[in-house]
Amino acid sequence: MLLFEQLLNGLQYGMTLFLMAAGLTLVFGVMGLINLAHGSLYMIGAFACAVVTKATGNFWLGAAGSLAAAAMAGALIEMLVIRRLYSRDHLDQVLATFALILIFSEGARWLFGSFPLYLTLPPSLAGTVTLPGGLVYPVFRLGVIGLGIAIAAGLFWLMHNTRLGIRIRAGEADREMIGALGVDISILYTLVFALGAALAGLAGALVGAVQSVQVGMGEPVLILAFVVVVIGGIGSIGGALLSALLVGMTDSLGRALLPSLLAQVMPQASANTLGASLAAMSVYILMAAVLVWRPTGLFGARA
Amino acid sequence: MKTLSIMTLAATLAATTALAEPIKIGMITTLSGGGAGLGIDTRDGFDLALKLAGDKAADITVVTEDDQQKPDVAVQLADKMIQSENVDILTGIVWSNLAMAVVPAAVQQGKFYLSTNAAPSALAGPQCNKNYFSVSYQNDNFHEAAGQAATDTGYGKVFIMAPNYPAGQDSLAGFKRFYKGEVVSEVYTQVGQTDYAGEIAQIRDSGADAVFFFLPGGMGISFMKQYAGSGVTTPLIGPAFSFSQDILPAVGDAALGVRNTASWSPDLDNSANKTFVEEFRTAYDRLPSVYAAQGYDTANLILAAAEKADVADQDAFRDALKAAEFDSVRGKFSFGPNHHPIQDLYVREVVKDDEGTLTNHIVGTAMTDRGDAYAEECKM
Amino acid sequence: MSRIAVINLATLGLLIGGALTAHLTGHAFLVTLATKAAIFALAGVGLNFALGYGGLVSFGHAAFFGIGGYVTGILASHAMSGQPLTTLPYTMNGTNEMLAIWPMVLLVSGLAALAIGALSLRTSGVYFIMVTLAFAQMIYWFAVGWPAYGGEDGLSFYVRNAFPGVQTMQPLSWFLICAGLLLMTLGFTAVVMRARFGLALQAARRNTQRTVAVGIRPFGIRLTAFVLSAMITGLAGSLYADLNRFVSPAMLSWYMSGEIMVFVILGGVGRLVGPVAGAMLFVTMEHLLGGISDYWQVLLGLVLLGVVLWSPGGIVGMLSGRGRGHA
Repeated sequence: MLLFEQLLNGLQYGMTLFLMAAGLTLVFGVMGLINLAHGSLYMIGAFACAVVTKATGNFWLGAAGSLAAAAMAGALIEMLVIRRLYSRDHLDQVLATFALILIFSEGARWLFGSFPLYLTLPPSLAGTVTLPGGLVYPVFRLGVIGLGIAIAAGLFWLMHNTRLGIRIRAGEADREMIGALGVDISILYTLVFALGAALAGLAGALVGAVQSVQVGMGEPVLILAFVVVVIGGIGSIGGALLSALLVGMTDSLGRALLPSLLAQVMPQASANTLGASLAAMSVYILMAAVLVWRPTGLFGARA
Repeated sequence: MKTLSIMTLAATLAATTALAEPIKIGMITTLSGGGAGLGIDTRDGFDLALKLAGDKAADITVVTEDDQQKPDVAVQLADKMIQSENVDILTGIVWSNLAMAVVPAAVQQGKFYLSTNAAPSALAGPQCNKNYFSVSYQNDNFHEAAGQAATDTGYGKVFIMAPNYPAGQDSLAGFKRFYKGEVVSEVYTQVGQTDYAGEIAQIRDSGADAVFFFLPGGMGISFMKQYAGSGVTTPLIGPAFSFSQDILPAVGDAALGVRNTASWSPDLDNSANKTFVEEFRTAYDRLPSVYAAQGYDTANLILAAAEKADVADQDAFRDALKAAEFDSVRGKFSFGPNHHPIQDLYVREVVKDDEGTLTNHIVGTAMTDRGDAYAEECKM
Repeated sequence: MSRIAVINLATLGLLIGGALTAHLTGHAFLVTLATKAAIFALAGVGLNFALGYGGLVSFGHAAFFGIGGYVTGILASHAMSGQPLTTLPYTMNGTNEMLAIWPMVLLVSGLAALAIGALSLRTSGVYFIMVTLAFAQMIYWFAVGWPAYGGEDGLSFYVRNAFPGVQTMQPLSWFLICAGLLLMTLGFTAVVMRARFGLALQAARRNTQRTVAVGIRPFGIRLTAFVLSAMITGLAGSLYADLNRFVSPAMLSWYMSGEIMVFVILGGVGRLVGPVAGAMLFVTMEHLLGGISDYWQVLLGLVLLGVVLWSPGGIVGMLSGRGRGHA
């Protein structure tokens, strides 16, 4: 029962990471851009959700607000800054988007102050349900899992069955080619960027609702999302989904199981602290192992 | 990076007072970032005491700077205050790791350090120093009181949890020092962790009578909110840090009824405390937290010592501090042999006051005249 | 004298002259700030070695900065407590002599870089950036969770380590030690980059295939450069630990990696004194703007963005009238 609950937690965490990673991997794959500011879009989504929910008293409007605000912020920075970076090397991209993090973080601190904001869930989402087998689990977390699955399915449909998706995939395969075919690349790029931003914003709103909304919340998630993208292979939505679940499970199960596993071979007190530190490192060990084994990730194009 | 506010109080009145040497105090505290609420309360409590002292504080200058909760910034600010501001006393640090970075070097350079909050075990034991005073507590105190309170309540099995860092490890050790029942599970979480689904699952599975947790700042808020939504009803107990006035509004009704332990409470019945709570509300339009109370006491201690001795005469000034002849908002207050407080520790409960604001009130006393576990190791 | 030589001398003159002037006019704290700039510059010179000359965009150099710091802190704390570090296979004691600490710092950060580099250099491009970041994060979390040396709280050692014949707590003496190491490292870098090894490294950055065609195996050269680069940054970490008499996991964080990169880029990638100019600008901005506004990082962000978008050669590139540098 405990293990089953931990599996659900891992699944829910993985789905949140997937929402972050999907946008990153698309932007990586289609435009060849490393975007460190993706975490700031996550933060913007969370703040937008908090502000709109507070103003209207309706969490659903807040979630919609997070999508809209993050998509708009994404489109804006794409047009002002990001599009100048497509032709630059990765170093410039890392630095320019690092600069954007500084600007967004301090800007948010200026607007909202340093103290975290907290959201209250509507009663329909705040309770718990009893799952078959008798496990009591929060409705909201189940909802996040469901939403994640729906969005993953939607993204696959978008990529494989719509004109936009075909263009995106064509863009990944050969950037010059689709330009030659008369597709307006700059609009396509802005759209892809805004889509990724909206997903990040939504992830921010979902996480903000049960945790807290604060400046700097985006960066830890950003780094994990990069881990997900790199393990999955850059540009692959399927790879991102698989790797997000892998990372989510590794983290949740590692934290839950490592201390008791280690306690078999050492005193409980040291097992607890060592287990906690190993669990924190586990995701990065996983990533290093995957990259040493397959230098372009699980589903990455062979170099 | 820095908020520089030099406050010279009533310089024109200086002529009327008899103080020989002016005192310069350097306050390093956290005014930005996630922990800003604690530093702001510390500063406001400290400033309030000086303001209320009127012309007794005329010769006291305070330089306040923001450490951003970063140890290296705190060290550099301390260097600056010692090297270029020539302060006599340093104070204000909220966090133990910053205190460990600043305090030993500062007292070695012949400055006084008066702690308004952080008091790590190392500084109470082997590394104690004659120029270092903790006005707040020794770090373990609130946790020890929680352990005692859990024993007194009759909890037979307890689930205990803290972040995986030295203060967290000290916290669980302090709890266990006075808890007589069975610890069914001991869990260390990541520092800065925001999702507690995994730990809540373990609590649900543990069959414990109560959960003791120490999760300062935002960690505690996230945990409390998720715990309230999880359907687990095991009662919670903890040190006051997660139920202090600065974060109660954020936790919301999820905190109602939770027992927590502290050396102070807004409803503590003594006249110094009544004045403090009233004046704090008037000045800042909010209820004070335990950090504000400790800041207020620290400033009053300095004022009391300055009346008796000249800060330039370090030995006399140290004796005057040690005597602690001031009206503490905690009522009884004295220093033990290692310059840490001997005081009573209370059990508080989170309630709503008449205006619907969440606050704490005292429901019992966990320990009386408690010193600390490290005094014997201190050779001063 | 060429224009670039003038810029090099002027930058170093500004740093050292500034510190001397501050000392003579009694501004001890400004000397400490100049020391901080010199140490950050050294960290940047280390990263520039791999990034600027070798094209190896490491987003994990905080790992070596932090390792240098922790080696220093651990040795110093053992010297203070008198406990030996280890008794197996033979007794090893702590030390507070900088001249004994530095070789140890170079050794440990070099070995760490050898392991990390050997694995990371199997990848390239974005993957290299991310895998170096992952290794740094791994070490960061290890330091946070490792209780013996303070974990998240960090480790204090109260008194700056000793250097023969010098009172290291005196701000100017301490500055001169740091500046001396910086100058020696700059000299070393200049010599290496003109030697066969340096030329091969830069050739491999510009065109890997051609380098392979003339019979040079880039892997070994890149790995050597990565290790040397890490050793320099590790040494800077040791000095930073001594500056603060304190080390903490913050020195290992990804944000620190970003800041070290910022020193290099602000000053000018692949320029000998680029990181020096960048670190000086960074510390000056932090000090001056920090006093005006708590939100100085917005301004730092804007300056950085401007440099990346419009002046990719950084300060040195702008002054020398050329774009991105090549030694």
